[in-house]
Amino acid sequence: MISIQFLTVAVLVTLGLSTLIFKRNLIKIVMAIDVIGSGVNLFLISLGYREGGIAPVFTGATSMKMVLPTPQALTLTSIVIDVAVTALMLGFAMSIYRHYGTLDVRKRRLLG
Amino acid sequence: MKGKVVKTLTLMAFLILLLIAMGSLHPAGKPVNTEMDDYFIRNGQVQTGSNNIVSSVVFDYRGFDTLGEATVLFGAALGVFVLFGRNAR
Amino acid sequence: MKGKTEGMSVIVKTVACILTVPAYIFGLYIVIRGHLTPGGGFAGGAILATLIAMLLVSFGRNLERGFRKESLSVLEILGMSLFITLAFFGLSFTFFHNILANSGGLFGMSVEFGPNSGYLNTGGLIPVMNIAVGIEVFSALSMIILLMLTGMKEEKK
Repeated sequence: MISIQFLTVAVLVTLGLSTLIFKRNLIKIVMAIDVIGSGVNLFLISLGYREGGIAPVFTGATSMKMVLPTPQALTLTSIVIDVAVTALMLGFAMSIYRHYGTLDVRKRRLLG
Repeated sequence: MKGKVVKTLTLMAFLILLLIAMGSLHPAGKPVNTEMDDYFIRNGQVQTGSNNIVSSVVFDYRGFDTLGEATVLFGAALGVFVLFGRNAR
Repeated sequence: MKGKTEGMSVIVKTVACILTVPAYIFGLYIVIRGHLTPGGGFAGGAILATLIAMLLVSFGRNLERGFRKESLSVLEILGMSLFITLAFFGLSFTFFHNILANSGGLFGMSVEFGPNSGYLNTGGLIPVMNIAVGIEVFSALSMIILLMLTGMKEEKK
């Protein structure tokens, strides 16, 4: 059977994608993109897991069996980039509300 | 009404495709191909002098990715300044 | 409608003022011990930026005149330039070479293999890079928060 971490990743990505397709408020679409990013981060960390391993830090370590350190470094970069993209998307949403008065993505306003 | 049915069927197909892809990986807990990370764990503390191996990977062995990440954060602050800086006197 | 933009009650303002200094010391502790414990520059910078948000929520919109955006811009440029300059020091070997490790200089004590309680004097260029990244992340996130809060015009009822 599939492990519990990978099953959670599949459920998270599908839920985020379904919210992205079916909702019409712009803030909810931005939140769905953030949920998809969190699912991808969980997938990266659970690829480098060893059973019974501790964090790869030597200060006060109790055993010598450690998890892999490289996916954790890549996840750190991914989290910071996710924060930056979300901040810029929310700034664009505020500008759209200031100009058009509505946050609905299905109203035809840009074509005249 | 017809659009909603098509979208729901596409999402179900996507979920089944994801589950098949997750089933073809190794079980979580027994990674394959760990030669590079074993080298980092064995030699990281003596070569760089820091107890935290994740820190030495982020700043010493793979410092170029950290430079790109700092640039992305800088660019995001610059973009928000362009959008909102005009009537903030 | 007095009291709408004045902030929260007196108890919240007093507790926020008292808690600011220990919380800043805690954030700096996480930044400087990035080579011994989990944490480092990015997590410490995020903690320091959250304290600015706490002060803004407690004291209302009138506090943003106390911050100058030119100083935050200069701090951000300073952090980024320090990070790039530190990368060019070891250019005779590679681009990001750690020249202070195991050398006996500023941060250059040697450590042997195995678990030990952490010594602050080790690490080479890694603690200096942590400080540079912490300054840059703090300035960038604080500037984003301040600009988004006060960039919109006041709505006229």
